[in-house]
Amino acid sequence: MKITRRQMLILLPAAAVAWESVLAGTPEASPNYKMADHWWSMLIDIPKCIGCGNCVRACQAENDVPDGYFRTWVERYNVSDEDMTNPHVISPDGGKEGFPVAQEDGEKYFFVPKMCNHCADSPCTQVCPVGATFESPDGVALVDQTYCLGCAYCVQACPYGCRYIHPVKKVADKCTLCYHRITKGLTTACCEACPTGARQLADLKNPKDPIHEFLKTHSVQVLKPYMATGAKVFYNGLDGSVR
Amino acid sequence: MSVFKDAGHLLRFAGLFVLAFLVFLVVRGYVVPKSFGQYGHYRGNAIGEIAAHPIQYAGHQACETCHADVLDVKKNGKHAHVNCEACHGALAKHADDPSTVKPVLPDTAALCARCHTASAAKPKGFPQVVPAEHSNGMPCETCHQPHSPGMDAPATAVGGAK
Repeated sequence: MKITRRQMLILLPAAAVAWESVLAGTPEASPNYKMADHWWSMLIDIPKCIGCGNCVRACQAENDVPDGYFRTWVERYNVSDEDMTNPHVISPDGGKEGFPVAQEDGEKYFFVPKMCNHCADSPCTQVCPVGATFESPDGVALVDQTYCLGCAYCVQACPYGCRYIHPVKKVADKCTLCYHRITKGLTTACCEACPTGARQLADLKNPKDPIHEFLKTHSVQVLKPYMATGAKVFYNGLDGSVR
Repeated sequence: MSVFKDAGHLLRFAGLFVLAFLVFLVVRGYVVPKSFGQYGHYRGNAIGEIAAHPIQYAGHQACETCHADVLDVKKNGKHAHVNCEACHGALAKHADDPSTVKPVLPDTAALCARCHTASAAKPKGFPQVVPAEHSNGMPCETCHQPHSPGMDAPATAVGGAK
């Protein structure tokens, strides 16, 4: 079949239009995602957390996190009235399989999910000697694992203990805020699996995101605010004993 | 100028220095990845590589395109805001290829207890039971339909995700 110049001139734009619609139908390609339009954060609503460990299991399944290592984990705090500064904290296997039953004994118990705070001024990315870890333009602290040397400076620098050296890859590994999901319009695996809505992915650059209303109307805190890390994981109902 | 009379050895050294610098620039241009510095002091292409990680959790929107009947049951019940994969597990493979990848039905005895076992650490308003006392060993679904577990007329959902 011979295609004339005239036919070619019609076919080419038609093919381009068709290809556009093909791209639009495959969110995996995420061609419409613009980093400049987002500034990701997370809301953790402590009064809603039931300590089921769904988030920990979801994170491990989604991100191939090795056993015994955690990108997110849940802690159970037990605070007595007399000694608030020394809470008893447990996190058996990161809370992956839930927690032992806490009996009503008049003391305060609650769960605190922990994860990377995706700090705007992250101490972990500042110490990297080779430029292998960085804060992406949309506000996610990421690791370039092909560039990482495994020196573990960042593991020490993180005030929240959110990084580890991957036992097989021997490079730094951490929460990516499910970057492969949020760039395709999905929420993170932990938020998807949370049955009570205790975790909510939030986009601070999206004026329609309910996070703005929530932050205005609730007493919200970040972990270790005195370290001025610019943490972007907001905790609602955070107890003063949490570290 | 008698000062530069014997400067030959210095110039040779300077030439060597310039040559070494040029070699450094060439090697650096070759070794440093092209996208390094695109957004900052890191490899810009790393962002795309991280975003290419395969998805395991399909997301409830994907489930609802086929399982609209379950959504109808769920939407008025107490589990209206519990996403499908919170109980059924990661099912992106099933969503991609529904005919060959079949999900396994969860074991309700373990599944329900994981959230609903009574504990002082859980929020007071959250429905909790001591499984051994509550059901006398009967499976939960004898009385409760997991997608809409309330036993009265459809209850208005409280709490849960947006």
